[in-house]
Amino acid sequence: MEIAAVLGPIVLLSPALLLAVLGSSSMIDRPLPERNINGLARLTMVTGLLAALGVLMAMLIEGTRLVTVLSAEWIRLPHYHFVLKFVFDRLSVPLVILTFLLCGVIVSFATRYMHRERGYNRFFTLFAIFIVGMVTACLAGTIETLFVGWELVGLSSALLVAFLQERPAPVRSGLHIWIIYRVSDAALLLAAILMHHMLGEGDFGRLLATNSLHPWPEGATVATAVQALVIGLLLVIAAAGKSALVPFSGWLPRAMEGPTPSSAVFYGALSVHLGAFLLLRMNPLLVASHALALLVIVLGLVTAIYAHLVGSVQTDIKSVLSFASLTQVGLIVAEIGLGAWIPALWYVALAHLLGHACVRTLQFVRAPMLLQDYRRLEGAIGGRLRRPDARYLHLLPVRFRSWIYIFALERGYLDSILMEFVVAPFVNLFRGFDKIERQWGDFLAGRRPSAASTTSAQAQPVADVARPVP
Amino acid sequence: MSVFAVPWLELSVGVPLMGGVCVARVRNPVAALRWSFAFAAITLACTLFVLVGQATGHSPTGASEWDALPRLFDVRFLEVDALSAPLLPLVALLHLLTIFTTARTKFPRYSFAWMLSLESVRLATFGCKTPWVLIGLLLASAGLTWFELVRRGTSTRVYALHMGLFAVCLVGGWACIDPALPVQSATLASALMLFAVLIRSGTVPVHVWVTELFENASFGTALLFAGPLTGVYLAVRLVLPIAPDWILTGISLVSLVTASYAAGMAAVQKEQRRFFAFLFLSHASLVLVGMELHTSMSLTAALFLWISAALSLGGLGLTIRALEARFGRLSLRQFSGLYDHSPALAVCFLLTGLGCVGFPGTLGFVGMELLVEGAMGASPAIAIAIVLTAAVNGIAVLRAYFLLFGGGRRISTLSLAITTPERCAALTLAVLILGGGLFPQAGIVSRYRAAEAALKDSAALRPGSDGHGENTPAPSVLRE
Repeated sequence: MEIAAVLGPIVLLSPALLLAVLGSSSMIDRPLPERNINGLARLTMVTGLLAALGVLMAMLIEGTRLVTVLSAEWIRLPHYHFVLKFVFDRLSVPLVILTFLLCGVIVSFATRYMHRERGYNRFFTLFAIFIVGMVTACLAGTIETLFVGWELVGLSSALLVAFLQERPAPVRSGLHIWIIYRVSDAALLLAAILMHHMLGEGDFGRLLATNSLHPWPEGATVATAVQALVIGLLLVIAAAGKSALVPFSGWLPRAMEGPTPSSAVFYGALSVHLGAFLLLRMNPLLVASHALALLVIVLGLVTAIYAHLVGSVQTDIKSVLSFASLTQVGLIVAEIGLGAWIPALWYVALAHLLGHACVRTLQFVRAPMLLQDYRRLEGAIGGRLRRPDARYLHLLPVRFRSWIYIFALERGYLDSILMEFVVAPFVNLFRGFDKIERQWGDFLAGRRPSAASTTSAQAQPVADVARPVP
Repeated sequence: MSVFAVPWLELSVGVPLMGGVCVARVRNPVAALRWSFAFAAITLACTLFVLVGQATGHSPTGASEWDALPRLFDVRFLEVDALSAPLLPLVALLHLLTIFTTARTKFPRYSFAWMLSLESVRLATFGCKTPWVLIGLLLASAGLTWFELVRRGTSTRVYALHMGLFAVCLVGGWACIDPALPVQSATLASALMLFAVLIRSGTVPVHVWVTELFENASFGTALLFAGPLTGVYLAVRLVLPIAPDWILTGISLVSLVTASYAAGMAAVQKEQRRFFAFLFLSHASLVLVGMELHTSMSLTAALFLWISAALSLGGLGLTIRALEARFGRLSLRQFSGLYDHSPALAVCFLLTGLGCVGFPGTLGFVGMELLVEGAMGASPAIAIAIVLTAAVNGIAVLRAYFLLFGGGRRISTLSLAITTPERCAALTLAVLILGGGLFPQAGIVSRYRAAEAALKDSAALRPGSDGHGENTPAPSVLRE
C-alpha cells in the first residue's frame, strides 16, 4: 500500500507536469524548442508508465485489488463537499497503463511526423491536455472527478481535429465534434447531479459498493430499478456522444481531419473507448435495471451493424479505420450490456477494449504507409491481395441491396437527421428571435430598418451553427 | 498607527475622481494614458487594502477614524462588508486592465479622464449600502454613460428609454416602500423594484439596451458599464432584503429564461459584439438565478460566479477589444483566420471564454458546480436548465473562437502580435482564472461567509417572512 501511495501521485502528476510546462510556454508565447518538448514528453510518459506498472506490481504482490491513492476535499462547505478521489482497481489500472503506453508510442511517432510542422508546440500542448484528461477519467473515484477528465478529453479532441486551422473543413469538423461533446458532457453532468439528488452520493465506492473486499466488477448499487434506469439513460447518452454510438456516429469520420497521431490515439484507441469505460465503471446500474442493459445491448449492436455497413463503402483509409473502430466499440458496448446476465463478459469487454485499442493504433500509425505496405505484401506473395467481399449481402434482394448501399454511402443519414431536426430548428428559431430583436431595436431607436433586420431568418443558406454563413 | 487606519475606502473612491480631474487637463494622449494608469494602479492598491482590512477584521466595514465624509455630512455613506469587499478590487482591476490595454490608435478618441470619473462612481456604488445614495450613484453611472454615448455621436434613444424607465421604477419603487402605506402600495413598490432590477440586469424582454450599448458605445465603455454586474448588486442591496417571495421567484424565473435565451442567441450571432453582449447577458442572468433562489448554497454559488463571470467576461471583452484595435469590427459570418497573427490572443480568448462557461480548472467551473448543486436543492428543472444553458454557452464560445481564429490565414505585412501591456493583462487574468479555479477553497469559504451574512441580514429585515410568501417588506430598517 505504501509503494502504491507513493507511486500513485506520480501517475497523476507526470502528465500534469507536461501540461503545466507546455501550457505556461504557450501562455507567454515562448514555445519550447522541439527537442525539449520531445524530451519532456517522453520523460513524463515513461515516468507515468513505470509508476503505473509499479502500482500494479505492488497491488499484485500485496494481493489488494483496490487502492485509493489520493482523496482530498477540493471544496469543503458545511453542506457541500467536492471530493477529488483517484482509485486503482481492476478497471482503472489496465486503462491507465494502456493510456501511457499508447500515448508514449504516439509521442514517439509524432516527434517525427510533426517535425517542423507549424503548431508543433500547440499539438503537444493539446496532447498533454488529452493525457491529463484520460488519466483523470480512468482513475476517477467520484463522478465529479470523472467529469473533469471527460471535459478535458472533449476539448482537446475538438481542438486537435481543428489543428490544421488554415482550412475551413477541419475547423467545421472540430466545431461539429465540440457540439456533440457538449451534449454528452451535459448528460454526464445531469447524471452526476441526479446521483447526488437521488442517492446522495457521487463516490463510486459508496454508490456502487465497491471496496477492497468487493472490487470492480463486483459491487451493487443502492439505486432502485427506476433510479438506475433514469441515471443510466443519461450515462448512455453521455457514452454515446463520446464513443460515437448511434445516433451520434456522424462525427467520427469528421474527426479524421486531425493529424494522424491524434486520430490514432483519440479515435482508434482511447477517446472512442471512453464511453465504454463509463458503462463498465457504472456496471451495477445495468444489473439494477435490465431494461437499461437491454438498451445498451441494442445500442451496441445497432452501432456495430451501422459502422460495418458504412465502413464497407468508405474510400479513404482513415475513414475505413474509424468505422472499423466503431464496429468494435459497438460490440464492446453490447458485451457490457450482456454482462448484466453474464458478469464474466465485463472482463471480456475490458480485454476486447485493450486489444482493440492496441491493434487500431498500429493500423492508424501505419495508415500513411498503406500503399507502400500493399506493394510490399503483393510483391512478397507475387500477386494481388484478396479484396474483402461481403458475400452475405448477395443473399438479400437486389432492391434491398441498393438501398443498403445508398444508406451506407450517406452514412445512415444520421448527420442529415440531426441537422434537419435538431440543429436547423434551433438555429432558425434563434435567428428569428434575432431578427425580431433587431426590428424592435430599430423601432425604439427610430432608425430605418437595417439590412440585418430585414433579412429573413429562413433565407439563410445554411441554418447550421457548425457551418458559418457565407 | 496601523496601516488599516488609513481611509482606504474613501481613497478608493477619491483617487480615481482626482485622477479624472487631473487627466482632463493633460492634452498629450500618451501622457494621459500614463497618468491614468498610475491613478488606476493606486486605486487598485487602495481597494486591495480595503479587502485585506475587511477579511482580516482590522477594518470590517472599511471605516477609518480619518474618514472625511462622515465629518462633512455627519453620515457614513461608504461602507463595505464581506459581500462587497472583493468587488472593489475586481472593479478597479477591470478599469486598470482596460486602460493598460487601450491601443494607441484609440488614444485620441478615448477619454481617460471620463473613464476615471466613472470608475470613482462605480467604486462608490459597490462601497455603498445606504439606499438613496446607492440609487443616486446608480443613476449617476447610467447618466454619465449616456453622456459618453452622446459625445461619440451615436444613437442614444434605446439606452435613454431603458435607463429612463429604470430610473422611474427605481426611484418610484423605493419611494413607495413604506410600511405605513396600504398593502397595494407595497405590492406596487415591489413590482417597480422588480422591474428596475430586470431592466438594469438586462433581462428579457427589456435587454435590448445592452446589445445597443455594445454596438454603439466604445467597447471599453460598454464593458466597464456592464461587466461588474451592477444590476445584481442592486438586487442584493435593495431587493433581496425586503422583497416578498413572489418577487424573488419572479426574478429567478425571468433570469433563467434570459440565461437560456441569451445563450441560444449567442450561439447564432453573426457579429462579434452582439455575441459578447448575449454571452454577458446569459452569465449575468445565471448569477441572478442563484441570487434569487435564496439558499446559502445558491447564494454562495452566485457570489462566486459573480466574480468569475466578471473576471472571465472582462478578459474575453478585453481580448475582443484588442482584436478590434487591429482588425476593426469582426464579423462571425465567415472565418477570419487570425490565429497566425496573434496566437497569444487566441489562447487568451479560449481561456477566458472557457472560464466563462465553467470549464474544469477555471474559476467558472467551481461557481457553476455550486450553482447547479444549489439549484438542484430548489428544483431539478432549474438545475437542468442551467446545465443546458452552460452547454449552449460553451458551443457559442468555441464557435466564435473557430470563426475568429481559424478557417484561413489573414495576410498582413504588419506585425499584429500581442503587445507587452496586453500580454501582462492576459497573464494577470490567466493567473486569476486558473489559480482561482485550481485552488478555490479560500474564495469559496469567503463567499459562503458573505452569503450567510447576507441571508442573516435578510432574515433580520424580513420579520414577517414565514417562508411561504406571506412576508411583508420592512423598509424602515433599511432607511435608517
